[in-house]
Amino acid sequence: MGRLSWRLAEVAEVRPENARVVTLVLQVPGWDGHLPGQHVDVRLTAEDGYQAERAYSIASAPAGSRVELTVERLDDGEVSPYLAGELRKGDQLELRGPVGGYFVWEPDRGGPLLLVGGGSGVVPLMAMLRRRAASGGHVPARLLYSARTLEDVIYRQELERLEAAGDGLTVTLALTRAQPPGWSGYARRIDAVMLEEVGWRPGERPLAYVCGPTRLVEAVAGHLVALGHDPARVKTERFGPTGVP
Amino acid sequence: MGGFVSRGFKRRRRGGAEQATRLPPGQYAEPGFPVLTAGPTPRIDLADWRLTVEGLVARPRSWTWEEIRALPGSSYEGDIHCVTRWSKLGTSFAGVSVDTLLEAVEPLPAATHVVASCYGGYTTNLPLDDLQGGKAWVVWEHEGAPLPAEHGGPARLLVPHLYFWKSAKWLSGLRLLDHDAPGFWESLGYHNHGDPWREERYWGD
Repeated sequence: MGRLSWRLAEVAEVRPENARVVTLVLQVPGWDGHLPGQHVDVRLTAEDGYQAERAYSIASAPAGSRVELTVERLDDGEVSPYLAGELRKGDQLELRGPVGGYFVWEPDRGGPLLLVGGGSGVVPLMAMLRRRAASGGHVPARLLYSARTLEDVIYRQELERLEAAGDGLTVTLALTRAQPPGWSGYARRIDAVMLEEVGWRPGERPLAYVCGPTRLVEAVAGHLVALGHDPARVKTERFGPTGVP
Repeated sequence: MGGFVSRGFKRRRRGGAEQATRLPPGQYAEPGFPVLTAGPTPRIDLADWRLTVEGLVARPRSWTWEEIRALPGSSYEGDIHCVTRWSKLGTSFAGVSVDTLLEAVEPLPAATHVVASCYGGYTTNLPLDDLQGGKAWVVWEHEGAPLPAEHGGPARLLVPHLYFWKSAKWLSGLRLLDHDAPGFWESLGYHNHGDPWREERYWGD
């Protein structure tokens, strides 16, 4: 396999997801495709030659030369404020990838799927759900997604649409900080009880993908193993200020 | 792709000159200690813990938790570098030098490579030379406290001159071989060797 070379992508669209999160729709000439769950390295170069590199999960399902990255702005960050604040349609961006061959899912890997995300950790899980939908997906899938408030939920309308398709996907939200009036869903952090209520039984042998801040990932992966799930079928990825800034 | 400039991008992090020389290319200084793992953190009972060094050695052996901690101690103070681009500068670990373990098992002349294996199933491969000569440790303390499970406790490998995925968490064994045998990440697109100063991140780098 050859070197992952840097490519010059063009920003085709900047799509706000919420107050802190944008999706960058990129056209990447020569892109060879990717597996849902993989990420790319992004490199920024200042006029004085200074460079900063970071990794970002791919949000989109494979679709030709089009690659979407969803980026949360971290105010003390160096790269995310640029990507989620400065970058405009028509700008160019250097990237290379795709990277990562473990936290990935393709329909032929089967299921049922248990996807557990916290905050912007939902991004690689969304790539999997989009791939599943595009494939006419019949793999049963459950997404358990923790966010601070309803406004912080990324892809909310699309998730509602995907669930409404009635093809075996359920979406469950846990709102940890504030809930809208009349909210009847979960209003706490993801815990073992929630995983037992929402997740598959261990005997159903789900493939679990867990992505989010370290505290969430450590807790959820630990609960799943304690509930009797096979550790080899629990894949984890970190996302957030102390993982991939 | 020389000459490309990201419109409107300016440096925001200002490290000193010392930091600039200590950071390998493409890395930034991270004050915290991020956790990155591919699966659940294994819970290991110290009564059952063993470290086994075997393969092409004259005297394969296992150490219990009490036995390994009775070996002459050795510590590392310096920097570590993760392939996900964070570096942690000026940190410290304590445990035992891999040299001490190798002296006990006596590597055979044919041994050239090592596969480190772990509780939980993770593996990583290294040339034997990268584990010898004061360059590698098995550690159970980080900055004076017991190494937390999410950082690899009870004990992890520490090979700070390579990207940190080589410093395998939850270490259970070292197997000496007469050939190279790519480990977990090395089979999934990451560089076989992983020298941060040469930016050996991915296959082909």
